Parts: sequence; C-alpha cells; structure tokens
Amino acid sequence: MSKVQQINRRDFVKLFGLASGGILLGCNVSSDKKEFIPQVDGTFTPNLFVQIQKDGNIILLASRSEMGQGIRTSLASAIADELEADWKYITVKQATGNAKYGNQNTDGSRSVRTLLEPMRKMGATAKMMLIAAAAKKWNIAEADCKAENHFILNKNTNDKIFFGDLVDEATKIKIPSEESIKLKKNEDFKYIGKTLKSVDLKDFTHGTATYGIDVRIPNMKFAAIARCPVTFGSVKSFDDSSARKVAGVEKIIQLDRIVPPIGQFFGALGGVAVIANNTWSAFQGKLDLDIEWDYGENESFNSEEFQDKLTKRVHAKGKLVPGNRGNVSAAFNDSKNTIEATYKVPFLAHAPMEVPNATAWFKGDAIDVWAPVQDPQTARAELAHFFQIPLDNITINVTFLGGGFGRKSKSDFVVEAVALSKKIKAPVQVVWTREDDIKHSFYHATSVQYLKGSLSDVGKVTGWLQRVALPSIVSSFKPMSDYASGFELGQGFTNNPYTIDNFRLENAKAESNMRIGWLRSVVHIHSGFGNNCFVDELANAAKIDPVQFHLNLIGEDRIIQGKSEYPYSTKRMKEVLKNTAKISSWGKELPENHGIGIALHYSFYSYVATAVEVSVKNGNVKIENIWTTIDCGLALNKDNIKNQLEGAAIFGMSIALYGEISTKNGAVEQNNFFDYRMTRMKDAPKIHIDIMDKMHEPPTGVGEPGVPVVAPAICNAIFNATGNRLRTLPLISMKV
Amino acid sequence: MNTTLSINGKSYTVDVQDDMPLLWVIRDIIGLTGTKFGCGVSQCGACSILINGALTKSCSKPVSYAVEKEIFTIEGSSENLEYLREAWNDGNVPQCGYCQSGQLIAATFLLDETENPSDEDIDKAMSGNICRCGTYTRIKKAIHKAVVLKNETI
Repeated sequence: MSKVQQINRRDFVKLFGLASGGILLGCNVSSDKKEFIPQVDGTFTPNLFVQIQKDGNIILLASRSEMGQGIRTSLASAIADELEADWKYITVKQATGNAKYGNQNTDGSRSVRTLLEPMRKMGATAKMMLIAAAAKKWNIAEADCKAENHFILNKNTNDKIFFGDLVDEATKIKIPSEESIKLKKNEDFKYIGKTLKSVDLKDFTHGTATYGIDVRIPNMKFAAIARCPVTFGSVKSFDDSSARKVAGVEKIIQLDRIVPPIGQFFGALGGVAVIANNTWSAFQGKLDLDIEWDYGENESFNSEEFQDKLTKRVHAKGKLVPGNRGNVSAAFNDSKNTIEATYKVPFLAHAPMEVPNATAWFKGDAIDVWAPVQDPQTARAELAHFFQIPLDNITINVTFLGGGFGRKSKSDFVVEAVALSKKIKAPVQVVWTREDDIKHSFYHATSVQYLKGSLSDVGKVTGWLQRVALPSIVSSFKPMSDYASGFELGQGFTNNPYTIDNFRLENAKAESNMRIGWLRSVVHIHSGFGNNCFVDELANAAKIDPVQFHLNLIGEDRIIQGKSEYPYSTKRMKEVLKNTAKISSWGKELPENHGIGIALHYSFYSYVATAVEVSVKNGNVKIENIWTTIDCGLALNKDNIKNQLEGAAIFGMSIALYGEISTKNGAVEQNNFFDYRMTRMKDAPKIHIDIMDKMHEPPTGVGEPGVPVVAPAICNAIFNATGNRLRTLPLISMKV
Repeated sequence: MNTTLSINGKSYTVDVQDDMPLLWVIRDIIGLTGTKFGCGVSQCGACSILINGALTKSCSKPVSYAVEKEIFTIEGSSENLEYLREAWNDGNVPQCGYCQSGQLIAATFLLDETENPSDEDIDKAMSGNICRCGTYTRIKKAIHKAVVLKNETI
C-alpha cells in the first residue's frame, strides 16, 4: 500500500520548496480507501516525505494540520523510531494544501490510524540505506552494522559514523525493496508508545508559532465583515458614512453570498466588508455600518420553539431505521417495568481560541492563501471552482491552528478573503470577531431523543425504542435534507454495544435553518448522551449497580462490526469499563452530597469509559474528579494521548454545563465568552487518565473519543448525589 | 499622533489614534504577534500583558494608557517567565498553543506576586484565561513545578 521511493532532487525542490541535498524519501499513501486516492499516472507521486541532510538534520513534511492534537510530533516519532534517530535532530515542516500529499483532511481522528505504518516504513528504509553506506565504507557485511541514536555502529570494532556523514554515500545506494523492509518489534520501540514532548514547545512558549492570524505579508490590508444576523439573509442597503470616518478605514465593499453548488463546498455568507490598514480599525468600521438587511426565510427561526417541535415529533412514530430486531411493542407489553425519558442537546459552536481568519492574495492568474485550515485541499478545490483559477496556481499555506474542533474544516473564511483580495487587488487578512464566530458558525446540531425501555423481572433489558431528531450535516450540502443521515445514525445509534433482543430505532424529521456542521466527536455527543443516561435510568429501575448493569447489557464477548478493518469488540468495551471502575474506586463510600456516575462509548474505533464524581451544594454542581480509560490500540505518544483526554474532559464539561446556542427571530442570541461560557481553571476537576496496553492492536482515534462520555457521566453522577434526573443540556439552566 | 511605547525594554514610536487598544498596536502596528486576540472584551486572557508589572488585558486598554509605562509581552524574558517556560516544557503543557502566551503572562504575574502559590491561588489567578483545548491540569502542575525549579536554583 505504501511503497517507499527515492525522489529526484529537482522534483523535490520544485514540488516542496525544501532545500535540495541529502537522502530524500517519499512514499505514497492511498490506504484510506473511503476517501481520497492520489492520481497515479505512471510516475511516482509520493505524498509523505522525509529528508536527511548532511548535517544530520532530519526534516519531515507533515501533511496533516496541527490544531493541538500533536500530530506533527506523533508522525515524527514514528519515523525517528524506525530510523534510530536522535530526537533533537528532527524538524517538522508543514505541507501546503495539495492533492500530492494524499488525503490531508484533518478530522475524524484518523491521522495516526492511517499514517503510522507508512511513516515507520520510511524510517526503516532510510536506516537500511545508512547501514548499507556504512557497511560499504568499512567493507563489512550489513549484518555487522547497526543503527543507534543517530550513528551507525560497527558491531565488531565499536567504531561509529554519524548519520550526516553517511548521507552522501547513502544517496548512491539503491533503495531497498518493500519486501526487504523489516520493522522493529514493539518491545524495541524507543519513541513509539512512550512519552514525547511536542516538537513545537519552544514556539508555543515564546509566542513565535505562526497561526493564521499572525501572518503578515507586505502591503496587506485587514478586513472585517458584517454578516446578516439571520442565516442566508442578505444586504438590502447600507449607509457607510460613519464607518468611512474611522481612522484607518480605507474601503467598504459589499460582498454577495457565495452559494456552494449542491453536494460540495461551503461558499461564504456575504455581507459588508470594511477594509482597513489594521484589524481594529476594520472592527470599528464594521460597528459603525448602518445596514438594512433582508433577513430571508430563516427569520422566523426560534430554537426554543424548534426544540419543542422536535420533542413532539419524537413523541410520535418516526421513520424506521434499518437494523430493527425483534418486536419492541410486544416486549413493552410483556414487561411490568417500563420507563421512558426524553433527552435534549442544544446547538453548539466550536469557539476555537483563534477565531476564523485567512490571508489571501488574488494575483489575477494565481491565488496564494495563508490560513488555519483543517482541510486545505477542499479549500483549494473550492477556490478553483469559485474563482476559476487552475488548481495548480492555487497555494494554500497551512499555518498553525489555534484550535479547530471541526470549525476550521469549513473554509468559508478563506473564500471571503480571496473574494476581497480579488476586489481590492491587494493581499488581505479577514479576521472574524469573537461575536462573528459565535453568531455565524457551522453549528453542532441540536437534538431531541425519546427512549423507552423495558426490563424483565431480573432486570434484563428486554426492549429498547429510541427516536432521534437532529438536523443533518448533509443539509449544509444538500437543501431539504430533513432527517439525520445514515452516517450520522451510524455514530452510536445503530451500533451501540448492547445485547437487546427487541430493538427499534426511529428517525424523526428535523429541518435546518442554520448552517449545520461537525464539532469534535460529532453525532456521538448525542448518542453517547442519550444511551448512557438512559442505561443509568434503566439500572436504577432494575435496582442494579450501573457498572454491573452496563456489563450485563453489553453481554458476551463478540464482534459487532465483523467486516470492519477495526472490528468493534465488546470485550474491549467491557475492559475499559472495568478499568475505569477500578481506578475510580467505584462502589466506595463517598462524602455527603457527593455522587459518582459512569458512561462508556465507542467512537472513531476507540473504546472509552469515564467516571465522574460531583458534589452538589445549595444547587451548585462542582465536578470533583474525572477518570477516563481509553483503549486506542497502539498508543503512539502516551503523554500526548493523556493530554488529549484531559482536554476532552474539559471540553465535555463545557458542553454539559454551559454550551448553548439559541436563536430568536433567526438570530443567534449569544455573543462572546460571557454568554457562551467555557470551563475555566477554577472549575477544572482532578483528571485521571489511563491508557490500556494494546500495543499489538492497530492505532485508533484519540482526539475525539474522550468527549461523548463526559456529559452523561456528569448527569448520572448528579442523579447519584441528589436523586434528580437532568435530561436537558446545558445543566447551567437546570435546577439541580 | 506619535506615541512612544516601551516594550520588553525596547522603545517603539507609533503613529496611531489614542483609543486604539494596545493589543492591536502591539500586533498590527509594531508586529509582535505573540500576544493573541481571543475575544476583544477582557473575557479570555489571550491578550494578557504586563504593564508596569500589573496583569492587563491588552484588548481593553487604549494605547494612551501605556505611555511612559513599561510593557512586558511573551516576547520578553524575566526570571519567573523562564522558570515557567521550563516547567511548561517539562509538563508538555500546550495543545494548540494559542492561549499559552496569555497563560504564561498570567502565571508570571502570579509568581511575581506570590512566591509559592497554593492551588486556590492558582485557580484565582488563572481563571481569567480560557484554554479551549483544556490544559488546565497541566498548567496548574507546571506553575507548582516552576516554583520547585526556582527553589532548586537558589
């Protein structure tokens, strides 16, 4: 799948803008079959690269965006390990957005899952070439040489040669065949499965990492855009006389909405843009615009009424989702113990610390962009489509991302910057205010779920009916997509790990009146919440301990998705649950007013179980402890995984306690962090992360799977502490 | 109007309107982009700087406020900041890194004021700084570690 090859120097320089020289290796990864497959036209089109220079420095080109998930470090560690490199010689450069790098879309917690093996092979190949070069120099057999910490050692004499000093010789060595590449045994790993610090620490602690918003181009302008408060509304007329008087403001431009073609791209909302010679003047000018809007058809959209409408719908019969088992009605009739509950999740915004922004230079026949994008290739294709510029003439320079969480997969802010640059014939940076970010996102969908379950006399779940209503992400690409799609229901609704003879899932209508997008862990937020809260309610009705009840419900060891490359194993699900019960001392006596709750979920091929301990005093909830266990297969960089899960706990807390986007007359009511609140230091609990030792399993997702379990575990803990069931998020508006 | 600012011991003369917030003068006019924009309304702390040693949200103070005062940003260096950097490094604190300039400045101010802060001191001092990636546990640990590093050296 991933043949490692040597790259022609001239091509390398031309293609990748790196200095020539040294060993240049590339390989082609097209294993992610579901997605992008690079074009192979008879010539070698590598999409992963490593360069070993004469001074010993090793440069890796990172094809995925860095947004805090540590991917640059993780990819580098795989190469360094196989190569027996000294970590201090590793440098990571960021690739531009280009199909030549294979699929660069950084979402779905998939980068390590798809890139680990090719990265290791490249490292191993380079090592073999260096060994061959040393053997030739010493005139000994390759078997008498070994690589160790950036040197090749002569096993007979203990002589050693620095990697850099072998580079010239090694470039003359024929690249070893794929069959001859031997990867290290797991027990010999030096970096993989250990703890490595971020390669970007120095920049992060000195303010020298360049995020999109930090890009500075000679003669660039700054722009802020006033967008219609109601989604897809448009400008009727505007008076810019005050805005023009703001010092630093240079131009005011009306920008029409850029409508994406059906089925692809994101387009841009349009509005009135203020061009200035600094960001603040652009912001000020925007505030001084007097705009009359045509609010359009979404003006009547009130999120509270909408949630009521969805609630009515899930309380009636919906569309049957395939995968129905047995007969739930009969099960309910036969049971003396049935319960039902309705769960609600509001709309959410991503609110990454770095607001959406992009710098663009439309040059007539070419476009240069510098932007914090998760999916540079889609951005590039989108620009080619809207601006009729050949793909080859468009360069997307991917900067650091000050958080992404799915927001920066949608490149509407890039389209805006290019459209403005084209109009003013100069480079321009579009910066969103925080209010813009909160009011014009691609929102995580709201949802309402109705669940009904029945128990046998011994507390076995005999029937499970689940009705779901949530506006679909597909609606952002295809109007009139009024039901959650198959891929969305596949995120935890159709594939729960439970053994239930009578199971029925129904899909209720949920139209879209806002731009719907994906947010860290996507629909798993809904399924993880509904499933885990309801199982806790069933456990209580059955008078069985929730951990034991979950274990009973999961049942026998079995594979749920047999055909998958990553079979869904109930055994591994139970293992993380048991481990979390153990590390949280589940069952121990808790202080007064304290409670503990548990939740488990499978997402992005990883298994997670989380226990939360809360205290409730005078109606105020404090999260005291969060214990999370993950089984993500081979744990590439343990400390980074820990960091991701600690972060997921905090992110999940923000969703559970505070997160809510609401609309009145079509306009988002929240503004900034004072009314779209985040977890802060003073709210942060003690967080305990445990990673299952599964080094022989393939690596699976890490960035997202820690999120869906947090809100249900908190609600279950509050019930344990108080006897109150909270079924509507966020909890801040609820009386505990 | 010409205004002279002293940032990290270096003098800069800029021609800006009096009411432009320091954040934008520092980032857009002077070009020191380590200080970040996060909210614009003193809510997130990404833009934290020290002015005459006092912790200040630069998004909400006009340039005129800093005239004849000493501004300290993440591009600067101080004894406490260096120990904090080392501790941030030891604890592998950042994820996306964007808020960390502000976190480090707020922590520097904390250590400048409080020799050996307790968990409660840290909660109080650091709750004006949002980290959307959620690195709070590590930040807290790193602040304690910086104190240890400092005491080891003395």
